Amino acid sequence: MFARVLQKYAIYFGFLAIFAVFSVLSPHFLQGQNLSNILVQASVMAIIAIGQTMVIITGGIDLSVGSIVACTSLVSAVLIVDSGMPVPVGLLIALLISLLMGFVNGFISHYGRVPPFITTLGIMSIARGAALALKGGRPVGNVPDAYEGLATTTLFGRIPIFILYIVIAYAIAYFFLMYTRHGRYIYAIGGNRDAARLSGIPVKLYGTLAYVIAGGLAGIGGILLTARLDYASPITGYGYELDAIASSVIGGTSLSGGEGNILGTLLGAVMIVTLKNGLTLLDVSAYYQQITIGVVVIMAVFLDSIKSLRAE
Amino acid sequence: MIGEQTLKSRTDTGIALLEMRGISKSFPGVHALSDVSIRLRKGEVHVIVGENGAGKSTLIKILSGVYRADGGEILIDGQKVSIDNPQRALKLGVSVIYQELNLNPHMSIYENIFLGRESTVAFGVLRRGRTIDEARALLDKVGIEVSPRVLVKNLGIAQKQMVEIAKAISLNARIFVFDEPTSTLSHAETSRLFSLIRDLKASGCGIIYISHRLEEIFEIGDRCTVLRDGRFVGTRAITQMSIPELISLMVGREIDQAAQRTERFATERVVLRVEGLCYQDVLKDISFDLRQGEILGLSGLVGSGRTELAKCLIGDLRKTSGRILLDDRPVNLSRVTQALSNGIAYVSEDRKKEGLFFLHPVSTNMTIASLRRLVKNGFLRPRLEKNLCLQTGERLRIKTPGLKTQVKNLSGGNQQKVVIAKWLLTKARIFIFDEPTRGIDVGAKAEIHRIIIELLKGGASVIMISSEIPEILALSDRILVLRLGRTQALLENRGLTQEDVLGFAMGAHALGPN
Repeated sequence: MFARVLQKYAIYFGFLAIFAVFSVLSPHFLQGQNLSNILVQASVMAIIAIGQTMVIITGGIDLSVGSIVACTSLVSAVLIVDSGMPVPVGLLIALLISLLMGFVNGFISHYGRVPPFITTLGIMSIARGAALALKGGRPVGNVPDAYEGLATTTLFGRIPIFILYIVIAYAIAYFFLMYTRHGRYIYAIGGNRDAARLSGIPVKLYGTLAYVIAGGLAGIGGILLTARLDYASPITGYGYELDAIASSVIGGTSLSGGEGNILGTLLGAVMIVTLKNGLTLLDVSAYYQQITIGVVVIMAVFLDSIKSLRAE
Repeated sequence: MIGEQTLKSRTDTGIALLEMRGISKSFPGVHALSDVSIRLRKGEVHVIVGENGAGKSTLIKILSGVYRADGGEILIDGQKVSIDNPQRALKLGVSVIYQELNLNPHMSIYENIFLGRESTVAFGVLRRGRTIDEARALLDKVGIEVSPRVLVKNLGIAQKQMVEIAKAISLNARIFVFDEPTSTLSHAETSRLFSLIRDLKASGCGIIYISHRLEEIFEIGDRCTVLRDGRFVGTRAITQMSIPELISLMVGREIDQAAQRTERFATERVVLRVEGLCYQDVLKDISFDLRQGEILGLSGLVGSGRTELAKCLIGDLRKTSGRILLDDRPVNLSRVTQALSNGIAYVSEDRKKEGLFFLHPVSTNMTIASLRRLVKNGFLRPRLEKNLCLQTGERLRIKTPGLKTQVKNLSGGNQQKVVIAKWLLTKARIFIFDEPTRGIDVGAKAEIHRIIIELLKGGASVIMISSEIPEILALSDRILVLRLGRTQALLENRGLTQEDVLGFAMGAHALGPN
């Protein structure tokens, strides 16, 4: 009984364990400022991971989100800073480009029957290349205040607005997946593509939709990142696709599709950032942080596989 | 190799090449085989016949080491042998030429023939030239003129089959098993295969030949063993048997008169009419109509095109030509959604692959095809969903620990009911059931029959595909028999026997009364 509870809630226990260890080892860890830093740092990743989770639930994978972050970031900065476009217009165009890239991912994967691993690997390279080519590899700095305001605004004078973004994004995603027809279809096509088709679900359409959502959320992530850092760099978002996949997987999303829950993904994203934050506070180098995260990802999936082995 | 032992084989019929004695095998809930015996002589083609599910495949899988028998023994040349795995079967000279061919398409012919037995110089370095020469000699023997270096994926089906036979010869096989070998062959290819089989016979090999095609059985067979419901019925010399006799051995006489449906609900109104429907080279010129409140039984052997017909009707396969009319209006059904919105539901024969979301809860499995009904103001209403599922679950008597239970944890019968529930909730008016009671126990079977009849009472119409002729006879108002993609007969179900239906399905009678 105890073992079963431990397994079922392994991720929560893991999360608590990490918190407990860091609280003991570092006096700064539990301070309000640090906790809010964790959330701010986690927010962009957590938002991107929503799209990744949906794509994985449909049975796909999206390797291009990190590059879309960089591309959107740079496009928005070039339009707004270099060309002097009004902020809302520049952001809208950048966002549309991210949606378009997501659409291309989905369209080629579903209608062109190219494995999504390959399609999104290609778009990953194309989007990154485009971001680099746009300014010859140089970053664009000093975005206008109106743009920066997306990140610097606070609630009640002290709570970072990013927390609100997370709450809104996850609330919408949760309701979308759990309480709409469309959400059910996303689970269904990943759970059993043939059965979904024979149940009258437009499989390719919804499969593509998941990539469009993932692209759009990566675009939003790119915009928020630019706002927070006050500049756009073609090498931002590097490796985000892997962190997003890791967040989904740690949160219980199955890479074979059909299974996963979005709140788990949030927990997974926060857990990864907490690990990085705590290890930084303990002066562990970035290199060892990567190693630790690798171990955590494998552990999370391993525990899950034991669970399903037992079930059989 | 072929031809060398011709003289010897003519005289040597005393001791059996292969004998399977009292073979039994059961799977959970099913006796697949009980006490089946068969003797294969040298130089004979021994045909095994039986309806779908009679146990032919199970018997072959036991002989080839895929399954282990629960009881009985196998003797080769009078010596008791145990065949624990497929490798052992090959060593003992048993080669099965499977329906789905067992070759690696991305390798060349010679690599396939010698796969796992590559001749090497040292350290795994292949003796390529010699192997290719040997392969060429084998290909000559089976009579195909292609280079051994050609990749298998570039071969036609008939050629692949010949490669399999060449491989079997190179393994010194003496017992060849052919499982429906001609189902995908043209006429010319079939006669080539037959001449090769005659060569094998002449060289003293024994051949077990499984087929549904009567004309073939009488052309190539020497003796014939009939299986029915996993039991041995008899072995006869082909020359001493007539077609009606063979068919009556296959079906037996065990139809339960009590199971016959007495109430009829059929009206004269035609709800669905199919005119001259063709699908690639699978379905040819199919025409029939479906009346409101009737069950149209769809009978035919495996490969007759039953499932393809169903999938054309729901728009999952696109018909090549022909018309489909609903209530006398021509409709375009090129997508499943169109069929659904026209009220046609298809309960697949493969509930695991095509019907269920195995890891998802019972409730979402039930409502996935009718979610629009549960949406108010853009959101799903969980309470509405729950009530609908509870109601339907009760109506169909679905036994489940809860609506949130993963559907994989239910019994086969209850899983099937969940699939049916899914389609009931769509409020369809034409239901196509494809093998609705396959692999479920007797109790659940009766309940599913009850559910189907309830549908008729509610004004729906049903097309029921089944391999079990008694089931077709028990439920149908009329019976459409398909054979090789053509309408063989459209029969009123009055006083029909299993022999009648099976006779049409196997092509023993010409077009029947109607």
